[in-house]
Amino acid sequence: MPATTKTNSQLVINGILNENPIFRLALSMCPAVGISTSVMNGLLLGIAVLFVQVFSSCTISVIRNYIHPKIRIPTYTLTIATWVTVIDLVLAAYMPAAYKEMGIFVKLIVAFAIITMRLEMFACKNSVPASFWDGVGMGLGFMFAMMTLGFVRELLGMGTLFGYDILGFKPLLFFVLPAAGFFCVGIMMAIYNYVELAYNRKKKG
Amino acid sequence: MKNFRREYLILSILAVLGLILLGGCKPEHRFIKKTAFKDINSIVITFAGPVDEAWAKNTSNYSIYEKPDPDIKLKIGQVSISPDKRTVVLTFEEDLNQDQPHILNISEIISEGKSLGTAFVKVKKLYFGYLFSILIGAMIINNFVFAKYLGLCVFFGTSQKKSTAVGMGITFTIVIVFSAMMAWFLYQFVLKPYRLDFLQIVVFIGLVSLSVQAVDTILRKVNPALFKAFGVYLVLVIANCIVIAVPLILADNEYNGWESLMLALGAGLGFLIALFLMSSVRERLDLANVPTTYRGLPIAFVVAGLFALAFMGFSGMSIF
Repeated sequence: MPATTKTNSQLVINGILNENPIFRLALSMCPAVGISTSVMNGLLLGIAVLFVQVFSSCTISVIRNYIHPKIRIPTYTLTIATWVTVIDLVLAAYMPAAYKEMGIFVKLIVAFAIITMRLEMFACKNSVPASFWDGVGMGLGFMFAMMTLGFVRELLGMGTLFGYDILGFKPLLFFVLPAAGFFCVGIMMAIYNYVELAYNRKKKG
Repeated sequence: MKNFRREYLILSILAVLGLILLGGCKPEHRFIKKTAFKDINSIVITFAGPVDEAWAKNTSNYSIYEKPDPDIKLKIGQVSISPDKRTVVLTFEEDLNQDQPHILNISEIISEGKSLGTAFVKVKKLYFGYLFSILIGAMIINNFVFAKYLGLCVFFGTSQKKSTAVGMGITFTIVIVFSAMMAWFLYQFVLKPYRLDFLQIVVFIGLVSLSVQAVDTILRKVNPALFKAFGVYLVLVIANCIVIAVPLILADNEYNGWESLMLALGAGLGFLIALFLMSSVRERLDLANVPTTYRGLPIAFVVAGLFALAFMGFSGMSIF
């Protein structure tokens, strides 16, 4: 793939809509199911992923001409692991309560396929600013997906948003149960598919 | 030349096994033969010889606490001794939490007029039962896919056909046992003593890639037929969160060698079970008339949700 010709805003929009990491690329779905029980959790993990993605993309983009092709995957992994360690320690130090709630998932950012994939597909071939905006787009797309899921599940499950009581009653406690995460992700994917189908049909007709 | 190399391989495997055994064993006092829980609130101590009755009846000679909370000493209600003076039963005022190992401190054991010193003994449930409960726990009750929601990318990617699912499951089990044992060893003997805990993410992910590469190389040489069947799945294993989650859980819970082995084995087999169940359903789904928007992944997610609901039925179950 040659260097990208897209503008910065197109790169960001691309991450949120066309190539949304969770709903379109179907990558890194473990956190989408596991901890999207509230908007706050989604926001926090989204920020963590955003930081790791942007920093790793920039790092790889800076050193992209010095990486030997044979060891590029280990290089990506170690870069990501370093940034995840940084985020992990920062969260543990400044937000102990939220860190406890997210549990092992912060450390598991290291195994999220989406970050490695963007490094392989984009950052190692493009300039630093383009990689930065691509990272921002992907991070925001992930955050958007997590917050949408969190919004639906928190509102329907607990009747609250960001911890504030909105509905005053709990419509469907089922949605807080982790098993409902699978249903929510499945239905959201179906909605994305439906929108795409409808859009294509309109373009044709 | 070939036999020579094989000997080295066997020797190194034996050395690793020996180290694991060392990690699993704990020293005990020589005069105490056996300790065990009895009913819900008593502990039976069996001595190798008869002990002094006046000493045995004195409750201040015993102090006992749960292993995680050394500050909270449990209160002993009464002590009874058997006619041959070899068995002592301690009855406690409150019920014991038998899932936790207890540390029993018996001071100045007196037997036939001689003092035999102070003993620290661990009281816990039958060790094999405990190990078995870790295995079953990781396999079914806390199934990593359906109850902990990890490893989903690979789970949905390889559960389309039964043959692929089984191949992936077996490869994954081999790799995870291998890498978890190495991670346990490195964490206990290198990272912890030198206070390098904060490096665990970097070290564990490196170890995982390393063990995948090692399994790849060994399998290619030792059993080319097996490599042909399972080689393609090896690359996918690295992308699986479970393989990195298990070492992190081991490190958090301070498991010893045997417990780590059981957890890793349980995680691998649990993943195999989940893949097999899912692939059976998805083979049927191919024949069904699914709405266009739900085709492919969305319907697979809904099916996984149903499985997760079913697996919730296991939660809270305890064995032994």
